Amino acid sequence: MERGVKGQLEGWKRGRSTYELKTPVILAVTFNSTTGSLLTQSLQKQLSLIISRFVGTLGTITIKCKDLRIIHLDIPGMEESLNIASSIEALSTLDSTTLMYPFFYRPMFEVLEDGWHSFLPEHEFTLLSAMTDEWRLSYINKDFTVCTSYPPIVIVPKSIDDETLKKVATFRQGGRFPVLGYYHKKNGMVMMHSAQPLTGTNGRRCKEDEKLINATLRAGKRGYIIDTRSANAAQQAKTKGGGFEQEAHYPQWRRIHKSIERYHILQESLIKLVEASNDQSHNMDRWLSKLEASSWLTHVKEILTTSCLAAQCIDREGASVLVHGSEGIDSTLQVTSLAHIILDPESRTINGFEALVEREWLQAGHPFQQRCAQSAYSNSKQKNEAPTFLLFLDCCWQMQRQFPCSFEFNEQFLVVLFEHAYASQFGTFLGNNENERRKLKLQQKTVSLWSWINRPKELEKYLNPLYEANSLVIWPSVAPQSLQLWEGVFLRWNRSSKYLDEAWDEIIHIIEYNKDLQAKVNALRRQLAELQTEDGELERP
Amino acid sequence: MQRERWQLQHQEHPSIDGIKSDTGTAPARGQEHRLPSGISNCTVGTLGFFREGMEYIRTPKIENVRLLDRVSSKKASAGSLYLTATHLIFVEHLSESRKETWILHSQICAVEKQATTATGCPLLIRCKNFQVIQFIISQERDCHDIYISLIRLSRPVKYEELYCFSFNPKQEKNERGRGWNLTDLKAEYNRMGVPNSLWQVSHVNRDYGVCDTYPAELYVPKSASTPVIVGSSKFRSRGRFPVLCYFCQDNNGAICRSSQPLSGFSARCLEDEQMLQAIRMSNPGSDFLYVVDTRPKLNAMANRAAGKGYENEDNYSNIKFHFIGIENIHVMRNSLQKLLDVCELRSPAMSVFLWGLESSGWLKHIKAIMDAGIFIAKAVAEEAASVLVHCSDGWDRTAQVCSIAGLLLDPFYRTLKGFMVLIEKDWVSFGHKFNHRYSHLDGDPREVSPVIDQFFDCVWQLMEQFPCAFEFNERFLVHIHHHVYSCQFGNFICNNNKESKELRIQEKTNSLWPHLTKNQVDYKNPLYRKDHSQTQGVLRPHTAPSNFSRFWRNMYNRFEKGMHPRQSVTEFLMAVKEETQQLEEELEVLEEKLARLDQSHLRDRREAIKLPHNLESTTDQCLANTPQDYMDNGKPFTSCSSSQADENSETTILIHNMKHSDTDLSGNSDQESGVADLSCRSPSGGDFLSSEDSSKNLSEYPEEIAFAVA
Repeated sequence: MERGVKGQLEGWKRGRSTYELKTPVILAVTFNSTTGSLLTQSLQKQLSLIISRFVGTLGTITIKCKDLRIIHLDIPGMEESLNIASSIEALSTLDSTTLMYPFFYRPMFEVLEDGWHSFLPEHEFTLLSAMTDEWRLSYINKDFTVCTSYPPIVIVPKSIDDETLKKVATFRQGGRFPVLGYYHKKNGMVMMHSAQPLTGTNGRRCKEDEKLINATLRAGKRGYIIDTRSANAAQQAKTKGGGFEQEAHYPQWRRIHKSIERYHILQESLIKLVEASNDQSHNMDRWLSKLEASSWLTHVKEILTTSCLAAQCIDREGASVLVHGSEGIDSTLQVTSLAHIILDPESRTINGFEALVEREWLQAGHPFQQRCAQSAYSNSKQKNEAPTFLLFLDCCWQMQRQFPCSFEFNEQFLVVLFEHAYASQFGTFLGNNENERRKLKLQQKTVSLWSWINRPKELEKYLNPLYEANSLVIWPSVAPQSLQLWEGVFLRWNRSSKYLDEAWDEIIHIIEYNKDLQAKVNALRRQLAELQTEDGELERP
Repeated sequence: MQRERWQLQHQEHPSIDGIKSDTGTAPARGQEHRLPSGISNCTVGTLGFFREGMEYIRTPKIENVRLLDRVSSKKASAGSLYLTATHLIFVEHLSESRKETWILHSQICAVEKQATTATGCPLLIRCKNFQVIQFIISQERDCHDIYISLIRLSRPVKYEELYCFSFNPKQEKNERGRGWNLTDLKAEYNRMGVPNSLWQVSHVNRDYGVCDTYPAELYVPKSASTPVIVGSSKFRSRGRFPVLCYFCQDNNGAICRSSQPLSGFSARCLEDEQMLQAIRMSNPGSDFLYVVDTRPKLNAMANRAAGKGYENEDNYSNIKFHFIGIENIHVMRNSLQKLLDVCELRSPAMSVFLWGLESSGWLKHIKAIMDAGIFIAKAVAEEAASVLVHCSDGWDRTAQVCSIAGLLLDPFYRTLKGFMVLIEKDWVSFGHKFNHRYSHLDGDPREVSPVIDQFFDCVWQLMEQFPCAFEFNERFLVHIHHHVYSCQFGNFICNNNKESKELRIQEKTNSLWPHLTKNQVDYKNPLYRKDHSQTQGVLRPHTAPSNFSRFWRNMYNRFEKGMHPRQSVTEFLMAVKEETQQLEEELEVLEEKLARLDQSHLRDRREAIKLPHNLESTTDQCLANTPQDYMDNGKPFTSCSSSQADENSETTILIHNMKHSDTDLSGNSDQESGVADLSCRSPSGGDFLSSEDSSKNLSEYPEEIAFAVA
């Protein structure tokens, strides 16, 4: 008893994650790049902010990581710790992408399937053409001249030729003309995404744009345009040359405005939330009020609600949907990808989810390098930084909580994607779009995250033992009571998850034992059947 | 599969979830439940007291009533309303299943008749189990009748009017008595190891003469003589002198409880000081005694003016005095009301909800109670110290805190049986005023407070932190909570032991515990394993607020099905475990059969070749071993492959079954989404469409489609 109490007492007391590493270890980290490579990398890429403090000759380096961890290093000797701090700082603020870790990382594992070729658009299109012949592949962007943030190959309505596409591209911000995101097999409805139309204050219109959009509608059908900005914001965008589709010019389309925040508002929200999570005070009011003030869950609710709406339009109303905000690279992609997960059971498998991230985020031109630069601890205001992708993952986690048996992957899988989006030894999330990735020659020079994750040995860590393929649409609840803080990310470093991990192991154990038994019983049944047939034959003659 | 069981459950106690027909525990047991015939039987068949109840029923049946959907007011189901002596029952007309909603009168905490509108007269009913129901009754007169009847029926004035006195489940004669013995407190104290050389049983309160709110048998330090006990009791509010509540055999640490001392500004009592000293001496390993006053310091100080107060450290030798700061019952009552107001909001914005949650203070109070329990558990487990806990009267906060400490300290209390015993010991036996707190009888509303609700919330928070530590699941808590208010069983009726003796509760009513034990399959936590590390020893929860800030949706929004996860891990695992058990049984049977066949085979045919019937072997091993047979006989190979197919088809059937029952959960399941039904989903559906003008269009959209097609 005494002993047990003592052992567990430590867990009780350890409120802070304080890691004390001895000097040799740090030397290994910073100077011995061969043995300490992995640790160096984790410091180099993970580092978000470094703070040095000195008490007498004892220096403390606080390293705040992009995965929200905070590490304290106590280092004897002022000079030594100053050196270390400056080394770490220099290594963590490399200004050239090609000096980043993925370019030096050599896989210690055998690549079974090259992740760079796992999800090719041609392959996706073969799947699509099995269901419909109304769409075609267009190579119009093969040199990235029409749209710098689009991939070289896009899927567009069959009846629209490349010339028309070029004209439409001039009418949409950044050349992001409407392309196919998802085809709903059940009723043939589609989800497209684009950027805002450049109507400007004098209401410019583009016949080709109208033609393209209408080409996606079946006869007599209507569609929805989901604008992820509020009606006001969309109106204001006109003064900057942007705008929205006028009813008069798109009579078959109904526009719905939903307000999803972006950029610095989301980033501030993340910073506030993480600050609240790290608050060690034991005051409930303070925690709840900080949680509320961060607005993080408000954003989760907004995004999820809009995604449900898009899915509802497609599945319930039998209408096609076009989603855009302003640039069409943030909230637009959140909505299309989440609606996809709601509608399509395939995207709830590991492979399907990876394909979704590849297609709807990476290929679709979400600027990962800009958005996922410094994470929550940056003290300089990063103009382009925003946790767009993290919010998407959070929404996925919320759905996972509500449909624990409908996802092939577990929470850990989402956490790993979050980590790698911000800091990775793999090249997958480098660059801001396909164009940049090609220029960086990532396929040749770095390893794909998918190459690593998709090895059976690694993959098994991310499997959900409760998974049973659910071929149906899943409708999550978006009531505030149903949404929760994602503790696996935000409280991960503030408390031990031992008991929850144990519960997870227990779940795996229960299910595996069941499967074992099933195998045994079936084996015995078979044996019995054999023996009985033998008996039968024996008796027959 | 698991769903079916869940429904079965409903049938046994219909009112628990307010829905579903039953035969089991309906007002008149064993009668036809099909309404309306069932109702007419039932009105005739109820027992004597309920003839009285019948007087208050002005209209037994009302037609053309609509039950409003809580989320979207546009949706409503039409049906009839029946009023019986014990229940209000709504029977849906349209649906084939004739869905029924049963509301026990004792669950009703407020009935509100709202202004008549064009569609009828709305009647809002709020229940103590947090169900909120709104009917629209077409005739104002009917609505008024029902309203008047419910007001009376939901506020009985005599104990004898309560449901438990008429509720009479099918059971053998002795079963009732045996049921009451299930939670024998004497056995419980024996389990803790008392009486022993340090603690003894005292019969000083045999006739409830010393303290009328304590049980007859009490455990006190051996060194405390009767004069000391009696003297101490005179110095404590309502005579509630310090007695043993939990004893830790491993280190002699004890948790004792009492009410506040009548110390005023300077009064002393030698016997009381001796009593505390005796408690301290009963723990030879510790040279001090913690005295924990669970009230905020200000409240305790204010009490001094009324001649009450708290222990002065100077007067008591070697005590360490602590205030914990749990608010009083009035604060808690208001806090819950605020929380429920938030829960009732129709599709609130996230910030509104979180703000409401914060300003209700509910989670802050939950944390305060948890902190107190953790403090005491630590004192006992880590310092091997004894603790005396009190608040003002020592029956609310003290009960909460002592039972939480017990749960943390002793794995037994985290089992099904142990939890029942814990409630009987810390709540029922020590005089928690169930009648007053949960307003079973019409009484002073200022006495009402969600004291035990908070305890259940704390337990749930612990279950969230330690998923493998409790033998019971969330449903167990929810159902006990329901029955604290239902008055269907005698356990939680009276204010104290004396009252319940006088009312002969044990002879006239049933205990809840055997009823729950009978259905324990439904209450078991699939993750619980006796030999799991979490089920051993002391629980040490994280105490940061973020760890106690979970809102218990399945309690406070229990009836808003649309908010709940569409798939439940617990139910899934329960189904798997049930199947596992069946497989284990089948395995045994098969092994036996095989062994028999095997022997005959060996005798008959194959003396020489031993069949590889390693019963523990897996499929692969079996297959690996079969080629030997294959040489002899062409058959096995084909039979092999066919049974392989069997194996596959079988698993699919299993999955299919589970899915199937899933969709069957409610009559209005949405076949397409399978998991969520549309009406259920409408909270979210409602949410998708915010109040923005542009989005309103969507709800009008179906008509436009029709237009476009035309």
